[in-house]
Amino acid sequence: MSLSATVPVPDATPVPPRGAEGRQARRRPRRGWGSTVAGVVVLGVLLFPLYWMVNVSLQSAGSAVGTAWFPLEPSLEGYATAFAQQRDNLVTSLVVSLGSVVVSLAIAAPAAYALAQFRIRGAGVVLFGILISQMVPGIIVANALYSAYNDLGLLNSVVGLVVANASAGIPFAILVMRAFMQGLEPSLVEAAKVDGAGPVRAFVSVVLPVSRNALITAGLFTFLFAWGDFLFALTLTTTPEVRPVTLGLYQYIGTYVSDWSTVMATAVMASLPAVVLLLVAQRYVAAGVTGGAVK
Amino acid sequence: MSRPGQGGGAHAAPPAPAAARRSRWRGPRARARLVELGFLVPAVVYMLLFFGYPVVQNLLMGFQEYTTRTFITGEAPWVGLDNYRAVVSSAVFPQAVLNTVLFTVGSIAGQFVLGLAIAVFLRRRFPLNGVLRSLLLLPWLIPLIAASAVWRWILDQDNGVLNQVLGALGVPGSPGWLTSTSLALLAVIAVNVWIGIPFNTTILYGGLQSIPEELYEAGALDGATRWRAFRHITWPLLRPVVTVVLVLGVVYTLKVLDVILGLTQGGPANSTQTLATQSYNLSFQQFDFGQGAAVGNLLIVVSLVFAVVYLRANRRAVDE
Repeated sequence: MSLSATVPVPDATPVPPRGAEGRQARRRPRRGWGSTVAGVVVLGVLLFPLYWMVNVSLQSAGSAVGTAWFPLEPSLEGYATAFAQQRDNLVTSLVVSLGSVVVSLAIAAPAAYALAQFRIRGAGVVLFGILISQMVPGIIVANALYSAYNDLGLLNSVVGLVVANASAGIPFAILVMRAFMQGLEPSLVEAAKVDGAGPVRAFVSVVLPVSRNALITAGLFTFLFAWGDFLFALTLTTTPEVRPVTLGLYQYIGTYVSDWSTVMATAVMASLPAVVLLLVAQRYVAAGVTGGAVK
Repeated sequence: MSRPGQGGGAHAAPPAPAAARRSRWRGPRARARLVELGFLVPAVVYMLLFFGYPVVQNLLMGFQEYTTRTFITGEAPWVGLDNYRAVVSSAVFPQAVLNTVLFTVGSIAGQFVLGLAIAVFLRRRFPLNGVLRSLLLLPWLIPLIAASAVWRWILDQDNGVLNQVLGALGVPGSPGWLTSTSLALLAVIAVNVWIGIPFNTTILYGGLQSIPEELYEAGALDGATRWRAFRHITWPLLRPVVTVVLVLGVVYTLKVLDVILGLTQGGPANSTQTLATQSYNLSFQQFDFGQGAAVGNLLIVVSLVFAVVYLRANRRAVDE
């Protein structure tokens, strides 16, 4: 695990990022399937709530009584209702999340490169600021943004949510990408400069393509942060026009619930991006969790 | 990181005469320096707008009468320490402070112990280890509010699956996990522990993997195996990572809002109200932004104390 990503010391020699595996001269002894069984049991207990979410979502709607253990007679009623009621909110969530990814990466990538490769006075201060920003409670940000957005007319707007969510993604994205870009060979950029490219062109045509994996990791997490955001959705929207699905879900459970299968179907849909990204881009997720060590 | 032949040295610049200082911003090298700064400026501006400004704004709001009227009239009169007085003397405040401490300590203790146990277990090499490790991340990656929703139903007093199982095991009565004042905080902590385990496991696993295997082999020759090996080899070498995980955990737990709002909304009878939820309630339920800011500022102070601890610990982690 690389701690260097979270180190604000200006003059510290960074620990080179290293993979979790492969550093040991010798591997631990291989164990058999017994440990696998134990591991599956532990995981089964931990993931039970997720199974329950899917299970309840597939049972017939309208029952507030106890749920059967298995969806033996699966019904998509819950999904039909959830989709009808939450369709616009899902679209809002998707647009806001994608927008946040674009804004976050556009701002974080150059900054990460500058912090990793340029000798800039005050780089240490910037890193320190990034770390301190993680300590700021979201409710503080929401408090101030509400009145500012009110004046600027940004309440209940997709743009307002995009920039608010990007603020959560940018520090993380900077840390992840900087950790990667510190390992880049300066000769890469030098070669481009010899060919007459300025710093901007060298960055766009050489650094970014090489840093593709770090960009994907940062983008993926920025997406998940924005998709799962609840605080900004709750505080910066007041009307149903612009309402992320997390808030739609909250409004279900904020009152007495009589139809759990619709609520759980919504929860499944809200969890789907995380599941899909984990299955499709497992490599990038793992890199993000240890690379940033910040969420 | 610093390489020769790039930009001006950041240290030991002799005091430059005025002419030289002017020329720093002319010529090709100066322009290159400006371009380099341009890479960093947007991010700095963004951070200042979305983190710096809110902190300053909250500091000010804490001393102002900032209510719905403010949004109509545009006036927010200065009231000195009135907000702080009102907040601290309110009946909820002592309970919110206590709950914040209990919630944070309970969550961190649970997440850390279970996370470490699972991380140690995952060091064994067995088939499917990698698959299990990535699936373990799921509770952490799904939206917190989705997790809260499913737990609401699992913990439901009359029809929740937990009470069904407990009833089948012969536990008398159906505990109201989220509806009784004595159990609600415990339930919220338990759910937050569940959410935090993946993060703790992943970071600690990374730390464990960087401990060289030879040390254990050498230790085994001296008779240090299993528990003793953990105490004398694993734990001391893991200490820096442990500190990072714990302090990050504390900072994130202090901020928690989604989980509590989703499960109990601070109820029943304020038994799960924390400083974060109280700040939210004051600002966005009662529209007294001044008092909400006052509570938020107290929360920042607590976070900052931990931030200092974290940074110092981190520095030490690098030095080692």
